Amino acid sequence: MRRSMLFLPANSPNMVVNGGVLGADSLIFDLEDAVSPDEKDAARDLLRGALEALDFGRCERVVRINGLDTPYWRADLEAVLPLGPELIMLPKTGCGEDVRQLDGALTELEDAHRLTPGRTGIIALLETAAGVENAYAAALASPRVKALFLGAEDLTADLRCQRTKEGAEILYARGRLVCAARAAGVEVYDTPFTNVDDLEGLEKDASFAKGLGFTGKACISPAHVAAVNRIFSPSEKEIEYAREVFAAIERGRKQGKGAVALRGKMIDAPIVARARLVLKAAAEMGGEEADSDV
Amino acid sequence: MKIARQAAAGSLESSDILVTMAPGGGEVEIILTSSVENYYGDAIRETMRRTLEELGVTSARVEAVDHGALECTIKARITTAVRRAGEEARL
Repeated sequence: MRRSMLFLPANSPNMVVNGGVLGADSLIFDLEDAVSPDEKDAARDLLRGALEALDFGRCERVVRINGLDTPYWRADLEAVLPLGPELIMLPKTGCGEDVRQLDGALTELEDAHRLTPGRTGIIALLETAAGVENAYAAALASPRVKALFLGAEDLTADLRCQRTKEGAEILYARGRLVCAARAAGVEVYDTPFTNVDDLEGLEKDASFAKGLGFTGKACISPAHVAAVNRIFSPSEKEIEYAREVFAAIERGRKQGKGAVALRGKMIDAPIVARARLVLKAAAEMGGEEADSDV
Repeated sequence: MKIARQAAAGSLESSDILVTMAPGGGEVEIILTSSVENYYGDAIRETMRRTLEELGVTSARVEAVDHGALECTIKARITTAVRRAGEEARL
């Protein structure tokens, strides 16, 4: 389960070595914006050492490499891929061809290091106008793509508008990414809330993103992780309702009914699908495997 | 690996170590200042010496200021400093 994805500057030992205890579902080790050009080599060495030596517990390990338009991205991949990060985040994904280029490089490196072909997934970071418009093509460009990810700071610069707390300027991009991701059958993650101290603003922003259909949200501060996890977790009420859905289906089956109702409403396929997702998430939150009958 | 010129890696931040590598006089000389010298000074020097050996460095003057870096951080900073001290250019 991926609710919170916490960015950690890959050249900061204090952040990197403590990554596993900060509560995030995923850690995004950032070799791109958080590292100055003069320190790219040091960040790669530090991240390699950390991935090799440290146990990050249940946290998924994601590496944001430098963009395909820079001289750094291949060296980034060569440094980290042998250490088996689950996902590579591709910044400034502009189209499906960008994803295919990364896919090709990953295939070469997996082969060279005798890693299982296709084991490394891709998160496409859409943060340009072209990227947002091509989100669906990017999601379908490779079976490695597991998720789309909105980057609002660069996007608003590209759109030539101000980034605001209310986020009206990124509403279209948010909706488009959710739709593209769901149509392609991948997950979708919201841009981080950048005011570290405004926890009320964070809650509003994360709740709004969840309401739009996002799977989770990025965090740029460990202080944001708990709220994001809570907001993107199913509530007690949702879990209870999901359990009632499956109990009602079971009762109907025993009574030989083809269709069953719950709380005065027919249980149809979308309700069952949503209930299944809620119970799966609840089981993962509890560290259990989801019930195979569900 | 030959240490051709002075180069540094790391920082003075918590959990990091600032390593400055310079050409040596035929042996490896380590000058360490650490906030955890009493507990881990010998272990840090041993990690530094072993990493330099693995990198094939036989002559260098290494100054390090440690603020509680883990072993993997020490190895990484030594590796970066050695490469920077020995190469023409880097990406």
